[in-house]
Amino acid sequence: MRRGVRLAAPLVPAAAALGASFGVLARTAHFDAPAAVLMSATTFGGSAQVAAVSVLGAGGGAAAAVVAALLLNARYAPIGISVAHGFRGSVARRLAESQLVVDESWALAGGGTPVFDRLILLGVGVTLWVAWVGGTAVGALLGQAIGDPSAFGLDGAFTALFVALLAAQLRDRGRVAAAVAGAGIAALLTPFVPPGVPIVAATAAVLIGWRRA
Amino acid sequence: MSAAWEAVIAVGAGTAVLKAVGPVGVAGRRLPARVNDLLTRVAPAILAALVVSEAFASGRSLVLDARVAGLGAGVIAVLLRAPLWVVVVAGAAATALVRLLS
Repeated sequence: MRRGVRLAAPLVPAAAALGASFGVLARTAHFDAPAAVLMSATTFGGSAQVAAVSVLGAGGGAAAAVVAALLLNARYAPIGISVAHGFRGSVARRLAESQLVVDESWALAGGGTPVFDRLILLGVGVTLWVAWVGGTAVGALLGQAIGDPSAFGLDGAFTALFVALLAAQLRDRGRVAAAVAGAGIAALLTPFVPPGVPIVAATAAVLIGWRRA
Repeated sequence: MSAAWEAVIAVGAGTAVLKAVGPVGVAGRRLPARVNDLLTRVAPAILAALVVSEAFASGRSLVLDARVAGLGAGVIAVLLRAPLWVVVVAGAAATALVRLLS
């Protein structure tokens, strides 16, 4: 586990800074500080949290925000299944440990490879969790003092964050096609449906070319 | 209950279940390849939609404003293989600068 903590150390500043940005963003979307911190502690998934808060901040409903966030986190089902063989012990223990599965902890622990190491996953997960939740608390508390975060380009920061997360996903033609179609669906639907719904509807893009697979 | 708290509770509970499916539910089994293939495309589709929505949507209209500079800076930083925090800071700085000048 200590190895996991060491492996995660270089990621701590980014996780804390992104957590703080999330905390500030959440305040602008009418989350109080406890709600923002609790969301980081339980969901512990940056992209889904930012998606939910963005949808609510843009005037979307809670249902669209929740569905968009859970669709983004749907990847944790296959990710969790790919490392399921490495988890042991009681149901409660496996349930607790499974919550530390995030993209980074899975990747650093060799998820999806024969040398998957559960202790590394737990070490990375705990380290990033502390940084993420702590950062969120700082951001949510500072958020009030900062005033209008758009003067600091906070909205542009999250646009860039999504670009980076998307780029990491574009590993084959199927995923590129899904991204292009998802962007197109979102752009086409935006004028016609409430905020948040275009993002949920973009999921239909996964069906392109699926039959051939 | 406010929409924010509804989202916090529903997303938190739903994510806990999604993360637990593997380690608690299906020890050793694998998803059918076709289902797995479908699931790997969900994240890119939604992230691309989020890029469009974050960069161009304002309520129900698509607009061009300072956020486009953030998008451009982010894309350039990603193409230069900058670390994640540099990408995010570049997006914020470009947006703030254009907003300040316009």
